[in-house]
Amino acid sequence: MPNDIVYLDHAATTPLDDRVLEAMLLHLSGATLRGNPSSLHAPGAAARETVEEARAAVARLVNAEPGEVLFTASGTEADNLAVMGLAAAQPGKRHVVISAVEHPAVTKAAEHLEATGYEVTRVGVGSDGIIDLSGFAEALRPDTAVAAVMWANNEVGVVQPVEELAGLCHEAGIPFHVDAVQAAGRLPIDVSRVPVSTLALSAHKLYGPQGVGALYVREGAELEPVIVGGGQEKGLRSGTENVAGIAGFGAAVRLAHDDLEERRRHEEALRDAVISGATSLPGVRLNGHPQERLSNNVHLSVEGIEAESLVLYLDALGYAVGSGSACASSTIGHKASPVLLAMGRTENEAFSAVRISVGKDTSEEEVEGFLHAFTTAVTQLREVSTFTLAES
Amino acid sequence: MSIYLDNNATTPLDERVLEAMLPYLKEDFGNPASTTHAFGWTAAAAVDLAREELADSIGASPEEILFTSGATESDNTALAGSLRPGEHLVTAATEHEAIVETARRLELAGVRVTVLPVDGHGLVAPDALREAIRPETALVSMMLANNETGTINPVYELAEISHESGVPLHTDAAQALGKIPVNVEDLGADLMSLSAHKCYGPKGVGALYVRRRPMPGVRWLQPEPLLHGGGQKRGLRSGTLNVPGIVGFGRAAALSAVALPEEAPRILTLRERLLDLLRTGIPALRLNGHPEKRLPGTLNVSFPGIDVGDLLGALPDVAASAGSACASLDAEPSRVLSAMGLLADETSAAVRFSLGRFTTLEEVERAAALIVRVVEEITGFRLGEPSRA
Repeated sequence: MPNDIVYLDHAATTPLDDRVLEAMLLHLSGATLRGNPSSLHAPGAAARETVEEARAAVARLVNAEPGEVLFTASGTEADNLAVMGLAAAQPGKRHVVISAVEHPAVTKAAEHLEATGYEVTRVGVGSDGIIDLSGFAEALRPDTAVAAVMWANNEVGVVQPVEELAGLCHEAGIPFHVDAVQAAGRLPIDVSRVPVSTLALSAHKLYGPQGVGALYVREGAELEPVIVGGGQEKGLRSGTENVAGIAGFGAAVRLAHDDLEERRRHEEALRDAVISGATSLPGVRLNGHPQERLSNNVHLSVEGIEAESLVLYLDALGYAVGSGSACASSTIGHKASPVLLAMGRTENEAFSAVRISVGKDTSEEEVEGFLHAFTTAVTQLREVSTFTLAES
Repeated sequence: MSIYLDNNATTPLDERVLEAMLPYLKEDFGNPASTTHAFGWTAAAAVDLAREELADSIGASPEEILFTSGATESDNTALAGSLRPGEHLVTAATEHEAIVETARRLELAGVRVTVLPVDGHGLVAPDALREAIRPETALVSMMLANNETGTINPVYELAEISHESGVPLHTDAAQALGKIPVNVEDLGADLMSLSAHKCYGPKGVGALYVRRRPMPGVRWLQPEPLLHGGGQKRGLRSGTLNVPGIVGFGRAAALSAVALPEEAPRILTLRERLLDLLRTGIPALRLNGHPEKRLPGTLNVSFPGIDVGDLLGALPDVAASAGSACASLDAEPSRVLSAMGLLADETSAAVRFSLGRFTTLEEVERAAALIVRVVEEITGFRLGEPSRA
């Protein structure tokens, strides 16, 4: 990858921190023999110890007990395990509540349940992307098996009032799952204060490796596994542990925990610079709540321009940004973002949306350069489209 | 440093595999699902190349490869994604836990399951399969090589029988890949589970081979996804791809395919040397598994009258295993050896030594000497000398 491309798509994935890589290399290079964590011998014990250290680190990030954390292969798997696992553990209850702006890992899991006879209520959001609290409260029923609302949205970065939502579910005795994949490492998360039942995390969104996720499962919460076999992770997630990846996750969450405030201040300043610079152009509008949003997320609709052209133009100018979300961008054929539609945006507005997400290592100069490129790209593309219109 | 004779539990990462992975752990860190910039394109291209490498190594086409987080997930997907209540599954008593547990769950959900017995060597009898297949049989799942004994099933014959009735066959080839030739056409497999960390690749990556075009007269299976989400990879398996892991798997499979003709006989020679040395020192030693139809690196032996916990506990410098790695944290007698008709005291005396690419003759000889000495100490008996007890 050419070094001169500025990466501003941290919501899709983050680069591995050098210190994380170092922690992983201990388990990847042949110099130190690490075995299968299920093996009793010394190399197995060393691997087991690594996994347990990482588990303690993940637990500390969300203020949980190590025994409440289980490792998965992705945030998606953690979300699936929570939604389908909590539902399966209460066979008498056949109703599920989610928000209209969940990540596909939650919406598709809910749709899967729907296909097997569950009723799913999707609670709407306001034009700022924040969930309708009273609508959520009304949606909860005695036969609700699980409710799920994300901590922060992957596309528009809006932070949901999870503490209140969790409180409502707690009072009603309904298991509540939170997808904290985008929030972890950017916002303080404390499960001792927020009564969630389960909470999903992903390593590669906080400078850890791809291929590792975790699910916090509150002591006493009942869950059925999705993947069965050797009985690893207390039987809730079978399969040989990805030891190097888990070690990397552990190192990444340790850094995220220690540097949380510093990262947040740094990212917020850059984010606000992007927002004010970009929205000073005519017809550029910020999507999502201006304050209740992730420290690193800027989501813009650019009037009169197709997002695809804009992001490719920006790539050519040396800036990597996202359109919509990474998960949606690879889908064959164009589909307007369901998140933006739920926020009341038109299809045209949805197709003109770009996501700029800064990171802990993004510099002020890079942001300045980006704003310059963005202005150039928007101006040029608008001229071209005016020209095309005039020609036709 | 301990002598690692537990390559069936997991293998060390080959340095060349690590080298292939490193760029994707460093500057090429993109998400392959990002279609809007070069970071994403580079990552997607790396995944495509790894898919080709893995497909080539098993005689498949790239689009027949689905990457997963490991063979356990592949096994779960193959069975749970294919079978519906009322349908019938035929499997065998010595399958990996990932198959056994999935079959057990499916049975609770209304799938009929027949578990075939094995003979004293751990082999499934083709005739038993023929008799077990019924009109509602929708899948046969038979492992290629057993993780505990290394016994190699006649998968091609089993597939032929299965296909005669139009029933597709799944094989768990996690232990076989890189150790013996694994080719989907030669085996006649319709679905196949694979694992990276059993062939010098990274942990946390596996694959499911899914035959793209049905064989004539055989029911076509496209397992439904276990995970639902971003719809990556043709909607079959959601979740951001583990790019460095997948790159490592591709390289590990390619390297193993090239190394196999030289490596398999070399490892076999070392294993036979280990067996000779152990037999000479411990005449009562008993071999478990098939004498010939066995993975070249696997040696499962019973030490009659000896508690394996005591034996392995007295051998801190030899990393071997009592049964499979998955089962070693609980003290149950081996399900696999019991199914082969071994009595409880024989199964509790069983140790699996599994040799690999990096095992040396010196290590084998040193390990054998240590093992023989410890057995002598435990039994208080030295061959050719009067008992010291």
